[in-house]
Formats: sequence, C-alpha cells, structure tokens
Amino acid sequence: MRQLVVLSGKGGTGKTSVTAAFAHLASEGEYADKFIVADADVDAANLELVLQPQLLEEQEFKGGQVAVINQDTCAFCGECQDVCRFDAIDYTDGLYAVDPIACDGCAACVYQCSTESIAMYEQVVGKFYVSNGRYSPLYHANLYPGQDNSGKLVTLVKQRARLQALDEDRVFVIVDGPPGIGCPVISATSGADLVLIVAEPTISGVHDMHRVLQTVQHFGVQAIVCINKADVYPDGADEIESFCEVNGIQTVGRIPFDLTVTSAMVEGEPVTAFHPEAPASMAISTIWAEVLESLLEGEV
Amino acid sequence: MQIVTASGKGGTGKTTVATSLALIAAEQDSVRFLDCDVEAPNAGLFLEPVLDARKEVGILIPQVDEETCTYCGKCAEVCQFHAIAVVGKKTLVFPELCHGCGSCTLVCPENAITEHLNVMGVLEGGSTPEQIDFAQGVMNVGEPMAVPIIRELKKWIPDSSSEIEIWDAPPGASCPVVETIRGADFALLVTEPTPFGLHDLKQVAEIVKELDIPAGVVINRDGIGDSAVEAYCEDSALPILIRIPMERRIAEAIASGKLLLEAAPEYRPDFEAMLKTIVAEVSA
Amino acid sequence: MKLAISISGKKLSSPFDARFGRAAAFCIVDTETGKWEAFDNPALSASGGAGVQASQFVAEHGAEAVASGAFGPNAFDTLDAANVEMYLAPGNKAHTAAEVLEMFKAGQLPKAEAATHEGHHGGSH
Repeated sequence: MRQLVVLSGKGGTGKTSVTAAFAHLASEGEYADKFIVADADVDAANLELVLQPQLLEEQEFKGGQVAVINQDTCAFCGECQDVCRFDAIDYTDGLYAVDPIACDGCAACVYQCSTESIAMYEQVVGKFYVSNGRYSPLYHANLYPGQDNSGKLVTLVKQRARLQALDEDRVFVIVDGPPGIGCPVISATSGADLVLIVAEPTISGVHDMHRVLQTVQHFGVQAIVCINKADVYPDGADEIESFCEVNGIQTVGRIPFDLTVTSAMVEGEPVTAFHPEAPASMAISTIWAEVLESLLEGEV
Repeated sequence: MQIVTASGKGGTGKTTVATSLALIAAEQDSVRFLDCDVEAPNAGLFLEPVLDARKEVGILIPQVDEETCTYCGKCAEVCQFHAIAVVGKKTLVFPELCHGCGSCTLVCPENAITEHLNVMGVLEGGSTPEQIDFAQGVMNVGEPMAVPIIRELKKWIPDSSSEIEIWDAPPGASCPVVETIRGADFALLVTEPTPFGLHDLKQVAEIVKELDIPAGVVINRDGIGDSAVEAYCEDSALPILIRIPMERRIAEAIASGKLLLEAAPEYRPDFEAMLKTIVAEVSA
Repeated sequence: MKLAISISGKKLSSPFDARFGRAAAFCIVDTETGKWEAFDNPALSASGGAGVQASQFVAEHGAEAVASGAFGPNAFDTLDAANVEMYLAPGNKAHTAAEVLEMFKAGQLPKAEAATHEGHHGGSH
C-alpha cells in the first residue's frame, strides 16, 4: 500500500483541483476500486466540494484543552496572568478570565493557582468524517475556524484512511495536503511514500516550492514536481525545471492556465470529468500516469 | 492603526493586495509592513526591502541540571505535552514536543531547570525604497510551530511610530491565522469568486467576527467562477471594497514579481478609496 | 520478567495492537508465572507525545520489556533510558496478546535496537 501526498508550499496553486482530478482518473483506470482519498487540508477542506461525499460516519474531534477559571473561588491574585506566556489571561472589571482562543492548553496557571480555581476542559475543535466519495471512500475533516491541533486531525484522517486501505488490500491512498511547511504539512508528509508538489511558476510560487521541498526532504520522503499555470510565466516554469534537474528531482509535466478548471469547480466536478478534452485535463491525465508509475515503483 | 489581510484559501491575492495597499498608504503616512506568513513569506519579494536587522526567535525550552535534579517527576507530571519525562535516574527533554510554557520550571522544587532558547526561525527587518518599515518572520524548515514566530514578530517593533501597520496573514483558518489577526483594527478579506474561495472565506470571516474586528472584502480575479461570494457578502453585511478582474496581463506581471499597482496603475484610485474607507471605519 | 504487550482489548486473549504510543491498552504479564494485568493506555488521547507518555506508563508499572509493532524515536529514547527492552512483534497478521507472549518466550521476537520509524508528529500545534 502506497501513500501519495499532494503539497505546494504556497496556497492556491491548484493542489485540490489536481487531487480531485487524480481521484477521477484513478477511478477510470486499473485500480478503480483499489484506492482511497483523504483530505488533509483540514482548515480549508475543499475537496468535498468537488467529490460530493455521502456521509457514512461523523465524529467529534477533541483537540487540546483550555483553562477555565472558577470565579467563585478565584482570589484575584493575578498569579495566573503572571505565569501565562500566551497572553491568554484577561483582566477586565476586576475579574480574571481565560481567552480560550489564546490559551495554549499548557496548564501552567492550573498548577500555580493558590486556590485551585483553575481546571482544564477538553474542547471539541472540529469534526472528522468518513464518506462515500464520488470515486472512492473519502476521509475528511473540518477544523472549526481558529482552532489548534490541525496536525493531530490530519494524522487522524490519514491514519483512518490508511487502516481501511490496509484492511481492504487497496493499492494506494491519495492525500490532499495543506499549504505551508508547518505542523499540518509535517503530519501530512509523515509516512508518505511519495509527495507531489504542485508548483506555480510565479516568484512567490518558486520561493515557496523550495521551502516545501526542503521540508519534505528533511523528513526523508521522495518528492516529484509538476507545474501548474505553467504558461503564465514561462521563465518561472523553466527555472523550476532546471532547478529540479540540477537537484535530481523528477518533474512530471506542465499544466497550462485554463479557466475550465474554475468552471469545473463551479459545477462541483473534477476538471478531467467535466471536460476531458480541456488543455488542463489532458495535461493532468499525462501527469497522473507518471505519478502513478513513480508511486507504485517496486510495489506491484 | 493595524490592518490585517487574510483569505482562508491560499493564493487568492492577500500579498498582492497587502503590498499595493502599503504602497498607497506610504505616500501619506509612515507604514510598517509585517509578513506574518512565516511558513511561506513572499511580501519581501515584491516590496524588496533591504534587510539589515535580524533576530533569532523561538521558545524557551527546559534544561535540567543533573546535579540538582532529584528525579521527583513533578516536571513530567505537569507537562501537558509530554515534552519532559523522568524515568529512573534520568530526565529526558523532547524539544519538538515542548510548547515553551515554563510550567516545569515553575514547579521544580529544586530549581534544577533553567531555560534556553530553542531557535525556530528568524525575524528580519529593514526598509523598502518607499521607506516602508518592513519585517518578516521566516520559520526554519522542519519546524512545526509557526505561532511563536508570529507572536515574536508582532512584538518586534524597534520603531513603533508607524501610523499604519499592515499585517499579511498566512492562508488557512487555524491558530497561525488567529495569532496574526488578534489585535488588528480592520481585516481585509481577500477572496476569489469560486466555490473554494467562498468556503474558505466563510471560515476566516467567522474568526474575524469572533474577534470582533470590522472587515471588508476584496474580490480578486473578478469575473471567473460564480456570484456566490457576492451573495454571501451581502447576506453577512460584509462590504466589497475592491474588485480586481481576472486579467492575464495582471497575473503575468505579478508572477514576475511586479506589484499590482505597477502592473495596473488604473486601480490606484480604488486602493486610495479603500484606504480612506478603512481609516474612516476604524476612526469612527 | 515483566513484559508489556500493546493490545486493543483488556484481556490476554485480546488482539495485539501494533501501535505502541496509541495502543488502546497494555497487558503486563509475568513471563514466568503467567500472571497478567491489563491497563488502559493513558496516552491514547494525548494531543502529542503519546510515545513518551506510554513509555513512562509501562516503566512505572514495572515492565522490563515491551513487545509492540513499532517504536518511534521518543518512545525509544524514553524506554531505553528506563532500561526497558523493546521487542518487535509482527503487526501484519492478527495475533492475540497470548500468542505474542508465546513468541516472546520462544525467542522469536527480534529486539529493536533503534527507533523503527520517524516521529509521527501527532501535532498538538
């Protein structure tokens, strides 16, 4: 069983549109009933808008804890505010209260409170879903706005997807990753067999591709690169390709800028299903064939 | 006055809008620009500051003095993140699990714990050709936590006399975004009129509402997609401050590192009007 | 010797759980007398650092060896510091804790000399 994770560094390069198209293409190929899709971009979970899942299972996701001050026993000493390194204790109208958004859940205040007036409470910070996606089982989640613990939710989504894939002898899992290079990206990358970076040939896109590439390599996972909206700035696309060549990273194709991708999104369909002959669809099909080959290398 | 640009969805043009807004604002006021997208900081590529100040930042992690430690285990007991463990006659610290809260130091009865900086990234600052006071946070590759770097960046104000501050937020809607938005006077939500843009705009609009910060919307790539973003803004009483149409020449210019107002100076009046609206709204 | 086995139930006949930090429970069995006790894994719901917490837990309960499917770097370091030996049991087939115990007694379980994988980064950030 192999895990493919789609990343980008910079947001909005087209990760989700590419992932959705991969799910569609996989469903038309040799491994039609042999894969699972997971959406690991839990604070901007857009894959479901295209894969139109029918919900099978829904679970509350409990994140970290937050401190709550019991106002009846509080002695107003202010010690909690002194020890809090997250500026999470507000003092207004003579009362101390915890700002749950700023609270890191460290409980330092709990142990310092002389009247034992502070306790930790677990918070529901999101929802975890298992669905029948349009083309395969879909594992996804929704982190409530402003919440912490996205990495843990990413791990949960991936773990559950992986377990089903192992149970049912499925061949691969396709994971739509989050932007950036931090905690959720590291969680998404951990355990992956292959990372596809969807790069954008803009000055920002190139900069961020370098950072995500370093991150993926830092964790010892193999990365390959495709270039989206390649014709918007061909110089940038050339720069990406020559960089990859020098550094021994496989590039697997260019996707042209194509508004069909947006039209497909509005219709709630992967672009390859919406309009298979569109330039972007044709390019993604070619890329999928290469990605699949790299992913399954030595496995099947 | 602090204006934050946020979007939910990545790649909608936060930095494009923030940098051009800074340019307009700098014509009249002193401006400070903070790139809070520490995982993927890009604003500097457009504003081209000369970076001459630098500071390593991170969190304070415990160091246990083996001589004075009695292995009582109190530190491990209070650590919510299991970043410190006492087993037998050993105390182990796991830096990557530590949140730097200092709880272990406070409870240690022997004062055997001292703290030292675990560097997670750098802050860099300088001035742009337009005299914009610029600073950015850059998280080290492999580090998981962006929030401490954003927190330090917002506190790193060698010169706090700027009349207008512009904070460019990371994408998404989780803790790093909240850390950036906290304390702003106005939130400029940059979106694109697509289902993805709308879905993620809603997430970030909810944060802004919870933090009780007035907000307005910029619709970028106007003309693509559908009209659902517009309908949502109307329903939620979010004013649409500027529409920037989808034009290939703009996309190409920005791709090559040009500022929006360099590529399309005809939007200058719109940006001026937007700044006026924001200033009026905040001052009211 | 006291051996801890990661399991997904609360009995010696419960299925072996190949995960260590996130195992549902641990069965701690005396390999000489066969006497056993099962404990819920307190680290199951940890935001992060499950490997560290689970390691401390089994060490505190007197385990001198652990059999599990895999040990991350933090679990490895903690168990190693606590002088708890680590043994790898195969996780690809369904076994009960009792079967794992028999394999251990028969000397069929290889010893883990290093962490078996990168950190999971369960991510409480």
